[in-house]
Amino acid sequence: MTGVDFPILLPEILLAVYAMAALMLGVYGGKDKLAGLVTWATAGLFVALALLIALRGGVGAEAFGGMFVDDAFARFAKVVILISAAGVLVMAQDYMARRDLARFEYPILATLSVIGMMVMVSAGDLMALYMGLELQSLALYVMAAMRRESAKSTEAGLKYFVLGALSSGLLLYGASLVYGFAGTTDFAGIASTLTEGHAPLGLLFGLVFLISGMAFKVSAVPFHMWTPDVYEGAPTPVTAFFATAPKVAAMALIARVIQDAFGGIPGDWSQVLAALAVLSMFLGAVAAIGQRDIKRLMAYSSIAHMGYALVGLAAATPQGVQATLIYMAIYVTMNLGTFAFILSMERDGRPVTEIGALNQFARAEPLKALAMLVLLFSLAGVPPMLGFFGKFYVLRAAVDAGLVWLAVAGAVASVIGAFYYLRIVYFMYFGAEQDPVQSRMSAVQWLMLVGVAAVMILGVVNLFGIEALALDAAEALIG
Amino acid sequence: MAQIILFAPLIGAILCGFGWRLIGEKPAQILTTAMIFLAAALSWNIFLTFDGVTQHITVLRFIESGALSTEWGIRLDRLTAIMLVVVNSVSALVHLYSFGYMAHDDNWAHGEPYRARFFAYLSFFTFAMLSLVTADNLVQMFFGWEGVGVASYLLIGFYYRKPSANAAAIKAFVVNRVGDFGFALGIFGLFYLTDSIKFDDVFAAAPVLAETNLRFLWTEWNAANLLGVLLFIGAMGKSAQLLLHTWLPDAMEGPTPVSALIHAATMVTAGVFLVCRMSPLYEYAPEASAFITVLGATTAFFAATVGLVQNDIKRVIAYSTCSQLGYMFVAAGVGVYPVAMFHLFTHAFFKAMLFLGAGSVIHAMHHEQDMRNYGGLRKKIPLTFWAMLIGTLAITGVGIPLTHYGFAGFLSKDAVIESAYAGSSYAFWLLVVAAFMTSFYSWRLMFLTFWGKPRGDHHAHDHAHESPATMLVPLGVLAAGAVFAGMLWYGVFFGDEAKMRSWFAMAPAAAHGTEHGTEEAAAEGEATTTEHATTEAAPAEGEAVAATEAGHDEAAVTAEAAPEAGHAAPGAAPAGAIFMDVKGAPTLHAAHEAPVWVKVSPFIAMILGLALAWKFYIRSPELPAKLAAQQRPLYLFLLNKWYFDELYEVIFVRLAKALGRFLWQKGDGSVIDGALNGIAMGIIPFFTRLAGKAQSGYVFTYAFAMVLGIASLLTWTVLGGH
Repeated sequence: MTGVDFPILLPEILLAVYAMAALMLGVYGGKDKLAGLVTWATAGLFVALALLIALRGGVGAEAFGGMFVDDAFARFAKVVILISAAGVLVMAQDYMARRDLARFEYPILATLSVIGMMVMVSAGDLMALYMGLELQSLALYVMAAMRRESAKSTEAGLKYFVLGALSSGLLLYGASLVYGFAGTTDFAGIASTLTEGHAPLGLLFGLVFLISGMAFKVSAVPFHMWTPDVYEGAPTPVTAFFATAPKVAAMALIARVIQDAFGGIPGDWSQVLAALAVLSMFLGAVAAIGQRDIKRLMAYSSIAHMGYALVGLAAATPQGVQATLIYMAIYVTMNLGTFAFILSMERDGRPVTEIGALNQFARAEPLKALAMLVLLFSLAGVPPMLGFFGKFYVLRAAVDAGLVWLAVAGAVASVIGAFYYLRIVYFMYFGAEQDPVQSRMSAVQWLMLVGVAAVMILGVVNLFGIEALALDAAEALIG
Repeated sequence: MAQIILFAPLIGAILCGFGWRLIGEKPAQILTTAMIFLAAALSWNIFLTFDGVTQHITVLRFIESGALSTEWGIRLDRLTAIMLVVVNSVSALVHLYSFGYMAHDDNWAHGEPYRARFFAYLSFFTFAMLSLVTADNLVQMFFGWEGVGVASYLLIGFYYRKPSANAAAIKAFVVNRVGDFGFALGIFGLFYLTDSIKFDDVFAAAPVLAETNLRFLWTEWNAANLLGVLLFIGAMGKSAQLLLHTWLPDAMEGPTPVSALIHAATMVTAGVFLVCRMSPLYEYAPEASAFITVLGATTAFFAATVGLVQNDIKRVIAYSTCSQLGYMFVAAGVGVYPVAMFHLFTHAFFKAMLFLGAGSVIHAMHHEQDMRNYGGLRKKIPLTFWAMLIGTLAITGVGIPLTHYGFAGFLSKDAVIESAYAGSSYAFWLLVVAAFMTSFYSWRLMFLTFWGKPRGDHHAHDHAHESPATMLVPLGVLAAGAVFAGMLWYGVFFGDEAKMRSWFAMAPAAAHGTEHGTEEAAAEGEATTTEHATTEAAPAEGEAVAATEAGHDEAAVTAEAAPEAGHAAPGAAPAGAIFMDVKGAPTLHAAHEAPVWVKVSPFIAMILGLALAWKFYIRSPELPAKLAAQQRPLYLFLLNKWYFDELYEVIFVRLAKALGRFLWQKGDGSVIDGALNGIAMGIIPFFTRLAGKAQSGYVFTYAFAMVLGIASLLTWTVLGGH
């Protein structure tokens, strides 16, 4: 490391140092008694770093000879990752404490995972890519199995780990093929071998394997099978974490790889991404209908949403990348609000995740039910909620790129998908008479739920200016 | 002032319709009635003091879209002034009458509110009708046209608990849609050809339209004729002319004041008004005018024959209305538009009175409407009897032959028949026969109702009582109109051409007395129009009119430069409310010079009808039954209204219902619902179950799916042409 590289990596280094220090403090200090403090400190650090990154500005910079890239695209993704991770940490704090899950390792694992994500989105080399990906994944495997005494949680962690290892294998195999045919692991170097717009077959194989490995991380069909089981089995705060920051990081990583390394052959990866997108949108919509558990439902929901985000990338245009970034930002926000509510669902002090338990909820808690209604409408993509604009941007990007069939498929899938979101609304407002579920919320959760619902409606005005930022980021990536 | 006339009824309707809960039912009724009386008073003021020169009053911007730019304007000319008086006077009297008539109604439970709704509808109708007659352009007119259609629908179906009333309301609405379709096509055509929907622009372009061809359906048409016929189809629907007349008799399901206002005096005359308003177009559309004449005459005859045998007192008057509208169309068709307006004007008085009188009878007889159950009511309800007698004298056309003294109908109907003689012998003979039948059925109604022995329910007869003052006062006012309206305005509508021209602010007649052909007359008319404009440069008419005057000047220059060009100099609409210089003026002269036997023929027909009715219903009351038995097929044919309803039932209604049932059960039910339900309840749940099964919970299944996925992705990429 030279003195020039250091400032570029400053946020990551700060986080890494913090993670180790906190670990020491935890082990030799008060152990789990410090969990709350560490959680809040971690979240605070995340937000501070997000501010630091957001305000840093300037054009792109590279470190380690191009291995690590810091540009507007990476900064956009990092800010979203940090903020959402901070949000998930603080809103789950109350749940963790009450469910006897308050371990000081949890925020530290989250921190390490976030470092991995930040490396992913800044990767300029297959090596950096893999390093970030594995750092992130390893932390997540442990988090999934955090409730050690629960069979479901352990099962989730193990499944995730085994399948994650398989996907890492696929990714590595693809990386080695690419290296074999391109002679370099550097994205810019790979791109330079594709100048004539045509790729050798081996490189294509490598590309497909790479995409498959990354698709596992965004849980795109057919690499999605782990998602429902892990979402259901993992403790709810961990599920909330899975559903937000890692998805942003993986999606940004896909964009980074295909644009930086394989930008010369958009025709080849565009069709692969389009196929993944269509499969994800439809499976997410269709399979969610059969779900009775809200966490499994959110798993399929996130599969479908990743399909829409992939539509933007498949368009292979700056507008497409912009649309994907907007979509991911909106998606993460919606999920924060929704999980804030799911975290609060309980009956007789025990957490409840059955959808049927929401019957007649509106009668007991009209304001929360209304906020959920807004969120669910937004998830379904009903105008004028923000969720509609997310879909609108990606579908428009697809149409502009000539992928009309893809946009039509997306619209059809969103109609099917609307069913299960609206069914929850139906249960809340018109469901059968029964003792409704209780919703015990900490102030943070309440603020998150109601605040996000308000954002979904108020965002209509100008999407809080995110459009221009996303365009900057997209142009930094492609331009 | 015109704005107040137009909007006072609307304000009344809104306040009454939405605010009666706040202000109470009675004050709401009084409010609407006061508003209409205000409008009526102002209308008479305009009518009596107006100089006839067209004024354009802009109210607001209306539609601006591409080339279509139009304002909400009031066009105030003689036609508008006449209609304002007719609409507001009758409406005001009907509002007053309704206080009594609607006071108690068996169709509503005790204490149920319905009066405010009725008055609000009436006022809303009045507003719609006023916006129709004050329209400055075709779209605005169409707005009013549809507005009165809605009001008519609401009022026919006022007793919404009666299935027959609902059916009648729907029938009226649907049949009118057919006509409106033609009207709308006509407006589209005019806009397509002239790029404007303003009356002035359209009128100015009429001579050009006469020489333009337009492709429509399968062939080329003369534009003026085609558009004339299309507009007239709209008029046929609204004015219940033959083929589109079937809704009018059924519309009698509405309360009787509604029949008097909408289905006798005002709305149904909108078609006549339309033709007169579009006179500059029809003057250049000879075939369209001929079509109007023939259809009007046939309707007059047809409706009169049906009226001979009807037993429901309101239906007799309804068919009478239908027949009288035919008279008006004949006058408009032969080009003598002022006479059409004259008959419209007088008819409004006596027909509204007949309806209100009939309402009074029905009121007295406890809502019995079958004339066979009346009889001998002269003594029971003397005032109503006198009013109905005056109305009958007016409609049958009683007067002193060869003079200008008589009831209103005498003057206007004779003017129509003389015009018909000059324009079309077919129309003339049918109208004379129709006049005979008019006299017969009108007197039949009188004799059955007021003379003879009481028939039907004794109880009802014993308790028959005269109506309250609120109902009798309107009858008295209308009776005055029925007696004097004809004599007072005979000269300006028909008798004296010079007076008529200045009354309607038309150009003075230059072609009078000469034997000009139609073409030359047209050229002359153009020239005189422009001359008139230059000599009479009125300074006090505001900017808009000044601009039009400038247009006249230019046209004059052009006309002088190329005298042969004649009507090839468009750019200015003809002056005045009515244009009749192409074929109307010669017809008018011929009508003035009609032989004596023509002038007395309607009077003779009237006497014969009266005599026959007297013979049938006073002298030997057993005769009608005998005749009906003897000529049973003919009787049934007439009683069943020439089987029009049955014919339409077979041709249109069943076909439409069959088509509707097919589209509903097969198209919507099986195909659309079937497909959607199939997808939503069959296919998607199938895939949902499939996805559920695939989610086995075993890691090897998941890994297998991943491997399968990557294998197929690879295959697709490699085989995908790359």
